[in-house]
Amino acid sequence: MHEYSIVSALLDRVDDAVRLHGATAVHRIRVQIGELSGVETGLLHEAFLMVRGSTVSAEAELEITAVEAQWRCAMCNRIVARGERLSCPNCGATARLAKGSEILLERVEMEVP
Amino acid sequence: MCETCGCGDPDIVPIEIQESILAVNDHQAEHNREHFVRDRVLAINLMGSPGSGKTALLEATAVALGGEHRLTALSGDLATDNDAERLRAAGIPSLSITTGSACHLDAKMVHHALHHAPWDESDLLFIENVGNLVCPAVYDLGQQANVVALAVTEGEDKPLKYPVMFSKADLVLLTKVDLLPHLPGISVERIAAALAETMPEAAMIPVSALTGEGMGAWIEWLEAQRLETERLSALRVAAIGPPIVAGGHMKV
Repeated sequence: MHEYSIVSALLDRVDDAVRLHGATAVHRIRVQIGELSGVETGLLHEAFLMVRGSTVSAEAELEITAVEAQWRCAMCNRIVARGERLSCPNCGATARLAKGSEILLERVEMEVP
Repeated sequence: MCETCGCGDPDIVPIEIQESILAVNDHQAEHNREHFVRDRVLAINLMGSPGSGKTALLEATAVALGGEHRLTALSGDLATDNDAERLRAAGIPSLSITTGSACHLDAKMVHHALHHAPWDESDLLFIENVGNLVCPAVYDLGQQANVVALAVTEGEDKPLKYPVMFSKADLVLLTKVDLLPHLPGISVERIAAALAETMPEAAMIPVSALTGEGMGAWIEWLEAQRLETERLSALRVAAIGPPIVAGGHMKV
């Protein structure tokens, strides 16, 4: 399970923002997690609750937006449906992952005196 | 301080970040990649389940290459030096990265190990990741290509069960194909079909480290990757000039 190391990287990044803006507490952290990112949102949330205690984010809420995977043809942009081969039925080109790989820190809401 | 109503509460300030949570790892991985390209070293991130045959494959690769290229390996292992020891016995200078309880390698661990291994005197660097089909897929190490070892004994639907790993693979080596006669329920075609649903540009080579079957095709694939390394390195030299190495010598 690597969600603890993801949370630790997340809290480091939040700390940078806290220092930069001279904040005293973090209220909410918003992240996006893609379906094909390799990160489990449930485990991420659990790990966050375990780790946040000793940090400036101790009272913070973690808001996770799950992003569904979507494959599209790299040439004609056609959506490749779930369970299909990852090549375009129209033009034969390889599909690319258009959405669903996100491990993204979107926004931090913090208390600035 | 809130100046709207004079309540004295602190302001809640929203700060947009819009940055990968793994930005630090990604930055370190780019740094590793720079090193590999500069020194014309093809770095392969070899992943797969525990027991999928990653180490045996590297041993057989050393035999198949017959000294044609200089190899180095870094072996991620939770607790032992066994894999690196086997690889050293096979003639591949190797170093263990003991991860303790960590289930994957990250770019920083690889960078640290690079300081202790003769990778820059080699043509190919194999980074044998921790045996695991989940976590290693998340971390960029700076490799040029991801290769996943999948043993025929693991079942036909592994690619569907672990789509993240296979979506990031540049090549799947279907290992232990010498066992196929004993596995009447396993069809290579069905494994290939499962891969086509999870892996863009699905590429699979059936191999056996035991009999040597498929090793020729694997070596050819490595040669094609080596040409790509040469091309990337030449582009870099054209852009910023040749590498300067302490002591004034350059790798030839």
